[in-house]
Amino acid sequence: MRKLSLRNVLLGLAAPLGALVFAALICSLVLVITGNSPIDAVDAMSAAAQRPRTLVNSLNYATTYYLAAVAVAVGFRMKLFNIGVDGQYRLAAMLSAALAGAAFMDGLPSFLRIAMTIIAAMLVGAAWSGIAALLKVTRGVSEVISTIMLNAIATYLVSYLLNPARLAQDVPGSNNISTRPITEGGQVPGIEVAGSTSKIFGMVFLAVAVGVLYWFVLSRTRFGFELKATGLSESAAVASGVSVKKMVVYSMLISGAVAGLVAMPQLLGSSHSYSLDFPAGVGFTGIAVALLGRNHPVGMALAAALWGFLENTANSLDIAGIPREIVLIMQGVIVLSVVVAYELVRRYRVRAEQREVGRALGRTKTLEEVSA
Amino acid sequence: MTSGLTAGLRADPSVKRGKRLSPMVYVLIAVASLLLLSLVRVLAGARDLTSAGTVQAAITAAVPLAMAGLAGLWAERAGVINIGLEGMMVLGTFGAGYAGYQWGPWAGVAFGLVLGALGGLLHAVATVTFGVDNIISGVAINILAPAAALFLSKLYFAGAPGGGQKQSPRITDAAKVSVPGLSGVLGDIEAKQWFFVSDLAGILRGLLTDVSLLSIFAVVLLVGTAYVLWRTPFGLRLRSCGEAPTAAESLGVNVYKYKYYAVIGSGAFAGLGGAFLAVASGQFRDGQTAGRGFIGLAAMIFGNWRPGSLATGAGLFGYTDALALRGSTAVHALLLLLGIALIVVAVIQFRGGHNVLSGVAAAIGVLFGWWYFGSDQVPPELVGAAPYVVTLLVLALASQRLRVPRAVGEVYRRGEAK
Repeated sequence: MRKLSLRNVLLGLAAPLGALVFAALICSLVLVITGNSPIDAVDAMSAAAQRPRTLVNSLNYATTYYLAAVAVAVGFRMKLFNIGVDGQYRLAAMLSAALAGAAFMDGLPSFLRIAMTIIAAMLVGAAWSGIAALLKVTRGVSEVISTIMLNAIATYLVSYLLNPARLAQDVPGSNNISTRPITEGGQVPGIEVAGSTSKIFGMVFLAVAVGVLYWFVLSRTRFGFELKATGLSESAAVASGVSVKKMVVYSMLISGAVAGLVAMPQLLGSSHSYSLDFPAGVGFTGIAVALLGRNHPVGMALAAALWGFLENTANSLDIAGIPREIVLIMQGVIVLSVVVAYELVRRYRVRAEQREVGRALGRTKTLEEVSA
Repeated sequence: MTSGLTAGLRADPSVKRGKRLSPMVYVLIAVASLLLLSLVRVLAGARDLTSAGTVQAAITAAVPLAMAGLAGLWAERAGVINIGLEGMMVLGTFGAGYAGYQWGPWAGVAFGLVLGALGGLLHAVATVTFGVDNIISGVAINILAPAAALFLSKLYFAGAPGGGQKQSPRITDAAKVSVPGLSGVLGDIEAKQWFFVSDLAGILRGLLTDVSLLSIFAVVLLVGTAYVLWRTPFGLRLRSCGEAPTAAESLGVNVYKYKYYAVIGSGAFAGLGGAFLAVASGQFRDGQTAGRGFIGLAAMIFGNWRPGSLATGAGLFGYTDALALRGSTAVHALLLLLGIALIVVAVIQFRGGHNVLSGVAAAIGVLFGWWYFGSDQVPPELVGAAPYVVTLLVLALASQRLRVPRAVGEVYRRGEAK
């Protein structure tokens, strides 16, 4: 661990804050060029931010995004790229919604129903990511490629299953199709907030629990140590007796299981069924949030909150006559600039360390000389 | 990051290259495939399998996929993974919509190319200059590009005549050309439904009449890519950056420069793919690419990082796409086709001594046959998944024969040779 000096804290914060400022600048520039006023945009968004409803919805979005980020981060910590969180999440959402809404579930006790739904979602997510894990450890197929393919296959599989002839039914009065709605006993109640029509998802506690567990497993268990060690240096991990194949399978399965959880707040707290308009693309948001939060349990929570806040205040932009996609552009710029900023900070640190060593030894060498 | 974790598995570096097949063998394979097609066409009574309309639809579908595949090829041959293809294609569709409705299809193609290249430039700056992980940069571009396209679409198309918030006004299609004097004769023969002869006529009619100039342009680009990358010093240097950048550096190749060329070119090809898509379908629409960038990537993998086989892959994926459009009989016949093809593969593998592979192929082949005879139609949703399933199968069953550029996805920094 790096020691906790003021300089290091500042350097750690420099990258995300710098990226935010840079993204804000770029977006202002885009708005000015396209004839909109950035001040109007900020004005509309801050007006929206003062409504309790916006904040509640932001928190609810953040809950979902946080779970997605943890799912991605589990892989990231050992240099596994689970691009497939999105597919795992959608397939798990669809199948667990079908199970939770099934008629035979109506008579079961509430606790059992919710537990069954959650476990089913985790199993489906893990099974879908397990395919990628299996392909990687038996055939050496890159998990990036296989999960991209599995995402697309999940899309078609879900649209195949979400058909009135199979697991779904028509929604009366619309051309939407959904699974059978979950009745009251299978839902997770929300928390009322004064002045807001929407409630805070009860599942927010699940997200907190997952975050704590993620922190605990990674920093306080042998498994977590081996996982990080594999990510930092595969050869060193192998030399100290870690079975990399086993670690790949475990971390992919865990990542997939958490990806299965991603849908739960929305499904059990608000939608109560899986339909055509269920949120998609959450897995990619998870990647963005995990990158911004540097796979850190608290950092990802802050990043998820920012993402949720941006998306909920974006609605007010359309009313102000500014396309709300400016917020998506901002998110994209943040992701790209934050990774660049982290890299620049890393290079700066390396150089600073070399200077320090050089000073201690009585002479200085530049990076180029050292590596040459 | 991506290339970091190998899980103890690395493709054997000494994989022996299959000996080059002579042109005669390719002709034989083509004739055999055509025989198989006509056989299935007769057995299943699915005229659409070899009709001119299907072939034309397949070409229209395959061209954007081939461009996306070429885009992936350019980047990966120089050692940069580009999963931002999808986003760059979206930029291309927007560019084609914007310039296309105002100044005609070719202006649209040019503008789509430029916008795609800008996306490629962004990817190059992030991955080459700043050493950002290739996948992360790609994901970011896939978030950024569709947002930018939709933002601009709302600004520029909402007020335009015939446009909307999420779609551009109509673009006129590019001109189509035919080999004169063939259409009538071939059409007559095709209508007779003779075994093999009519099928050949149908396919020829599809290939030779009403061909969009865009498709011809795409073929030129495909051949041009093969020539530039494999027959010129420029191509050799570019590919060396994807195989062994430090070795290239030691021979005086400016690796950064070549990677920049390749990734910007990659974006340009992806933009072209998007532009072709928009022009062929008559307008820009939000969400129009629908994962085609990823299918292009799949076609590239299917084609083992080589332009010829990449085109075959794009053609196959385009063909399934076209059949899905032509209705359920054609798709149903596809099952039988796949079943027979897999049995053939099984026999070839068995003779080559690959008993396990042969067994797997035969089992899947029998399953397809059983599915064909046990059902009346295939759900269209599952047809859409076919390219992805095929790619996964190729990766799983033939990964030992795939030859990935050695240094793909690795961050290279000048002067940091190990």
